[in-house]
Amino acid sequence: MWVAEGTWPACVDAVRPLAGDVTLLHVVDAATAAALSAPAGLLGRSVRADEGEFLLARAERELLDAAAARLGRDAEREVRRGRPEREVVAACAGVDLLVLARDGDRSRLGPRSLGHHTRFVVDHAPCQVLLVWPESTPGLGTLPPPPHHDQKR
Amino acid sequence: MATAISLLLLVAVLGFAVVRPAGLPEATGAVPAAVLTVVTGLVPWRAALDELAGLGPTVGFLAAVLLLAYLADQAGVFRFAGAAAARWSGGSPRRLLGLVFVIAAAVTAALSLDATVVLLTPVVFATAATLSVRPKPHVYACNHLANSASLLLPVSNLTNLLAMSAAGLSFLGFAALMALPWLAVIAVEYVILSRFFADDLATPAHRPPVEPVPAPRFALAVLGVTLTGFAVASPVGIHPAWVALAGALALAVRLRIRVPTLLRRADPAFCLFVLALGVVVLGVSRGGFGRLVDRVAPQHADLLGLLLMAVLAAVLANLLNNLPATLMLLPLAAHSPGLVLAVLLGANIGPNLTYVGSLATLLWRQILHKSGHPPVTGEFLRLGALTVPACLIVGVASLWVSLRVSGL
Repeated sequence: MWVAEGTWPACVDAVRPLAGDVTLLHVVDAATAAALSAPAGLLGRSVRADEGEFLLARAERELLDAAAARLGRDAEREVRRGRPEREVVAACAGVDLLVLARDGDRSRLGPRSLGHHTRFVVDHAPCQVLLVWPESTPGLGTLPPPPHHDQKR
Repeated sequence: MATAISLLLLVAVLGFAVVRPAGLPEATGAVPAAVLTVVTGLVPWRAALDELAGLGPTVGFLAAVLLLAYLADQAGVFRFAGAAAARWSGGSPRRLLGLVFVIAAAVTAALSLDATVVLLTPVVFATAATLSVRPKPHVYACNHLANSASLLLPVSNLTNLLAMSAAGLSFLGFAALMALPWLAVIAVEYVILSRFFADDLATPAHRPPVEPVPAPRFALAVLGVTLTGFAVASPVGIHPAWVALAGALALAVRLRIRVPTLLRRADPAFCLFVLALGVVVLGVSRGGFGRLVDRVAPQHADLLGLLLMAVLAAVLANLLNNLPATLMLLPLAAHSPGLVLAVLLGANIGPNLTYVGSLATLLWRQILHKSGHPPVTGEFLRLGALTVPACLIVGVASLWVSLRVSGL
């Protein structure tokens, strides 16, 4: 299960009734880590390199703790760092099922309900995928009308 | 030959400052280089002394502002800001971004970009983590605003402090001319960042209980009085460095911070570094490279001249670093306040193109990965490529309007 900030509770709720071993996967985005280490680029200011790392590690631990508590049973933890979409795909090798959440426009049904990273994972995952809506599912009424040429036919 | 030596010395100083072998302070490399600049006759010692005397008050001001920011942090100002942002955002990533923009812009303007990068960014990350919001947009906003929101006041950026004395602008005059560019550039950053990170900002809002942090009233009041003091002091003939020092001392006494700690936090090694850097850059300006820059630099503060100057400053800020770039360009622009402010637009916004700092920093980081610093990612560079040109154009256009309205 991909534990991503903001959308993970829905994934936990989807996983809870499933049988089998669960792995909670969290990826630290290398871009966030780089931005947190920005003081290193401030010329002439002495800098502690480890503060950003400390913050990232603490946030990751707290996030996974919260996910484990909501799940309510034993789960393995896996933490990775890099480009989230590629790390998640790599982590799926040898896994039966990946559970992840939509994270785009949640007001209507359609391709925009997947963010770029989630889209990449769904397209490339080497396993089964369970894709959940993080909150309520939009109604069928949000479905776009069929293309113009089909209506004429 | 002299040109080559002076450039070599500057590159050596900057390289040393980025690599910091054995964790030595940056001044360890810069001071010998400054001595060499004088000994080899690149800069006559009298000119070097003049440069040091000119930089002195500015560097003192910087030390006082660094101290003020540190003490504000100790008093809990940043923690309070983080908790307030968490509460008012209601857990919504998008509203949190708006609040982070307001806070980061205010902190950068009032307490300098160092305060935003070093003190505010960790608080913003922790706030995002508490709300289970994806932290990337908010951390990037801090990073970007530390540069691009450092346009408003002379205290916001060391480059501004250097420019204020060069252009002969008062504290209020500076702020009046830069208010419009500051607002316009922040608006551009907001539009681009909130679109760039639309995915990360669309996640559902959670409302975990947020512990209320009591407002550090005394510290906030001292900061308010100090800022007002900056504006009032200049016309009366008091250097704003004294105002900043008074504010810092008021906080220090209240917090019972010891004198040795205060001296360490004023970062004397960094102040020494800036002074030495000033002499080394003077050597470069007097050589062939300086003449080349002189030939390229525009002479008139019309719209095109402002734009060229800002772009030149942005390019130099990325090639060298924004400090040397400002030191080199200011003498060429000093005849016109408009051109000086255009230099600042370039030198302050430009670094977002590569990193806080410069291309040199970026390359070193990529090569070294030293002491566990994560490498810079393509995403950071893409965002910079989007925001910097847009911010420069909008910033220059609004500076031009400001200059027209004020009749300068």
